[in-house]
Amino acid sequence: MSTASAIHGSRLADIVGPSNVITDPAQLAAYTIDKKVPSAAARPQSTEEIFDLVKFAVKEKLAIVATGARTKLGMGLPPRQYDIALDVTRLDRLVSYDPGDLTLSVEAGMPLHNLGAILAEHHQFLPLAVPYYNHTTIGGAVASGVDGPLRQFYGTARDYLLGMEFVTGEGVAAKSGGRVVKNVTGYDIHKLMIGALGTLGVITRLNFKTFPMLTSIRAFMATFQTVERACGMRNRVSQSHLTPVTMEIFSPGVADLFSSEAASRVAPTSLPKDLLSKTRWTFTSGFSGNPNTLTRYETELRKMAEECGAVDATVLEGPELTSAFALKREFIPIALESSPAATILKISVLPRQMSEALANASREADNNRLRWTAMARGLGVIYFAILPTESNDATKRQVLQAADNILAACAALGGHATIPWCPTQWKNELKVWGLPRADFAQMLKLKKVFDPAGIFSPGRFVGGI
Amino acid sequence: MDTRAITDLKKLLGPDAVLHRPEELLLYEYDGSVENARPNCVVFPRNTKDVVGIVQIANRYQTPIIGRGAGTGLSGGALARQGGVLIAFSRMNRILEIDAENQRAIVQPGVVNADVSVAVAHLGLHFAPDPSSQKASTIGGNVSENSGGPHTLAYGVTTNHVLSLEVVLPTGELVRLGSPALDSPGYDLPGLFVGSEGTLALVTEVTIKLTRLPEAVKTLLAIFDTVDDATETVVDITARGITPAACEMLDGWTIRAVEAHVHAGFPIDCAAVLLLEVDGLREAVEQHAEDVAEVCRLHHAREVRVARDEHERALLWKGRKNAFGAVGRLSPTYYVQDGVIPRTKLPQTLRRINEIGKKYDFEIGNIFHAGDGNLHPIILFDAREEKQFQRAVAAAEEIICFCIEMGGSITGEHGVGMEKDRFMPLLFTEDDLNLMRRVRDAYNPTGLLNPGKIFPSTKGCGEIRVRPTPVGASRA
Repeated sequence: MSTASAIHGSRLADIVGPSNVITDPAQLAAYTIDKKVPSAAARPQSTEEIFDLVKFAVKEKLAIVATGARTKLGMGLPPRQYDIALDVTRLDRLVSYDPGDLTLSVEAGMPLHNLGAILAEHHQFLPLAVPYYNHTTIGGAVASGVDGPLRQFYGTARDYLLGMEFVTGEGVAAKSGGRVVKNVTGYDIHKLMIGALGTLGVITRLNFKTFPMLTSIRAFMATFQTVERACGMRNRVSQSHLTPVTMEIFSPGVADLFSSEAASRVAPTSLPKDLLSKTRWTFTSGFSGNPNTLTRYETELRKMAEECGAVDATVLEGPELTSAFALKREFIPIALESSPAATILKISVLPRQMSEALANASREADNNRLRWTAMARGLGVIYFAILPTESNDATKRQVLQAADNILAACAALGGHATIPWCPTQWKNELKVWGLPRADFAQMLKLKKVFDPAGIFSPGRFVGGI
Repeated sequence: MDTRAITDLKKLLGPDAVLHRPEELLLYEYDGSVENARPNCVVFPRNTKDVVGIVQIANRYQTPIIGRGAGTGLSGGALARQGGVLIAFSRMNRILEIDAENQRAIVQPGVVNADVSVAVAHLGLHFAPDPSSQKASTIGGNVSENSGGPHTLAYGVTTNHVLSLEVVLPTGELVRLGSPALDSPGYDLPGLFVGSEGTLALVTEVTIKLTRLPEAVKTLLAIFDTVDDATETVVDITARGITPAACEMLDGWTIRAVEAHVHAGFPIDCAAVLLLEVDGLREAVEQHAEDVAEVCRLHHAREVRVARDEHERALLWKGRKNAFGAVGRLSPTYYVQDGVIPRTKLPQTLRRINEIGKKYDFEIGNIFHAGDGNLHPIILFDAREEKQFQRAVAAAEEIICFCIEMGGSITGEHGVGMEKDRFMPLLFTEDDLNLMRRVRDAYNPTGLLNPGKIFPSTKGCGEIRVRPTPVGASRA
């Protein structure tokens, strides 16, 4: 340990107590981001301690990365500087919960599945079914901006986050929004914190709207010879009166991915290995309701699938459905686990362009002889995972070539794409945050307001913010 | 204001697009609030280029600029509090593109809310946010205020339906925020700009989501003999996890005002009605309606009527949406509050509002979005009598303070504007407000865009200032 970090360590101990400061390199390894290890980790348990930590960091020009369960630290660019890991996992209280009002307030470090368990006692839930569900904290799920299958019906955190408390880069505790389900008082600053990778503030508390638990859920699955047909099915459903809770399209490669060793490590299930077709595209959609509604969905989806040229169709329910849902939710962690150089592109296009976007991406991957697999959400968000078997230079060149072409093709469609997950050593060459954006200048203005000294996750976000 | 500014504006826009004589400006002194403020001139841009030009001229002469749609806002958001150039978007009223397949549309800010839904109805789509003013209010205004409406209970407010904005910053820069495809990389700029009450930028184009019309709709009218029974019903419906598409409450006093004017078929001898709507698939709607009706009966509803056809349904909604107009016939002026409370606190809050009315000797009507706890107490008063006006303001303040005490908010959908700025310190600390001010200053550095809105000029709640003089306008 250097002298400087020893001094820092003792100052941190003054703020959070010696037992909540980590300076031992072996322990600090757990906080590594893109091969950078901080000189200390601090585990505050109150907002007061967080703003003291931030003030100290500002004074000493130290860079802070707020962390929760550390499941998504690999997202984005490597930090330019990384001195202190601000571990918020001790801020894990449920501050308030009014089941009758379907609203709650929770500290950022609360594990998402713990919150889910509390809500389940009241037959409620938060539709934040995001990757790493069994590990991630609520703050991390929001700050990383990851999505989940339920966004088809419930939207993303943006649609049910009611308010937030956070500490800015000047060590000021502030808040926006409120606890009630409808509110237009003041600017919606909390929306800016979603997906900002902690570059604007340290989230300390979040207020959410909760939802009544879904009962009687089923999922319809149909397989198609081509991506066009699978997407055609998606279009057909979206033009109907059906309002399913989930809707995804899987590439043929997902069958192998979900029955891989990697999958059993990330999300152990007892699903039949042949559930997904290894040669065809799979359309899947979850729905819920009373018995008549379920029958209606099933009948109508079967009819649509037939008209759209499905090869086969089936309906899942019970434990099989739960397992299948978990695999779908954990697509990203499974993909990352399955390759030494997993590179996952997030492609956003208009829903009707998904077929073309998927065709473009798969052609580029094939041309570069890269293994790939894809999951597309019905709303026009595609996770395209390039899963090389090697991580050497030759592979890198292939991935770079494919990724660049996919980004360009996506831009040509009027959409946008980023590469949120890829090997650290490729990050300086891959366009992690996609092509330059016209509204970037407006984002920089915000960064200057919230974090003028640039101490929060420097360099990790869009445009190197 | 520098008269050369008017000359320059006329040169840019043509003489028919600039109003500046006092009699021409009268109409633009008001919006739907109890405030008034006169601009120095009103201009009517036809396109984005005009807007950029106007902003440049305003900057040249250091004069305030304020965007305005239909002027139906209820918080003074579209009033020229410090004079200046009022930009009326009524000529930028074209729907530029309808993409039914992707359920998106691109519209100019002056497009009337209801016109969007009319334009896409044949495609089985609509624009979900439906403020009661939707036949007049514009998308630009909805975006600025993040407007709600009865059906936002199930469908969300404006911000949930906006994907991308083209805006002119107060510096004259033209920028596009967000994108028609989801999850635009970077900070959620549309999320910040929607609901910023016209203080960050002038919106010149909006990409909105279109929502499929439900297959089946059932509208129910539950009639109650006590207000408590009605509010307890709402509490119970919410707690049971039943989410109707809309859940509106009208109290007896309001019903009588509405019936005298609209004849919607509300019973005039009851204490309150709930106007409930469920929608979705045929198979679900039948059962949902029955579930809702059962809760109403459990709480002693005298009667639960189901609208038999589209005509009856439209009539019930006409009664609801024209209620404010009906109230306007009873009194020269009224003051509507927009506080929000947790739904569980509805019964005690309505009782408290009643007590406050008695204390200040006002009849306070209640017609509101009960399902999301968004109150609209209406205080009738005669603005020509200063003392009455002061009493009305004091009563409104007590209601707002009670909402905050209940863990609620001062505005659910009308905005802070110049009407509720003084309440902001009751909800936000000086640190919170300073951060928001700095966000404003980042985009609106000179403060010339819509000055005097949202942020209090006075400090702390102990110093809440009541405006010394009442405004003298009637509003219906």
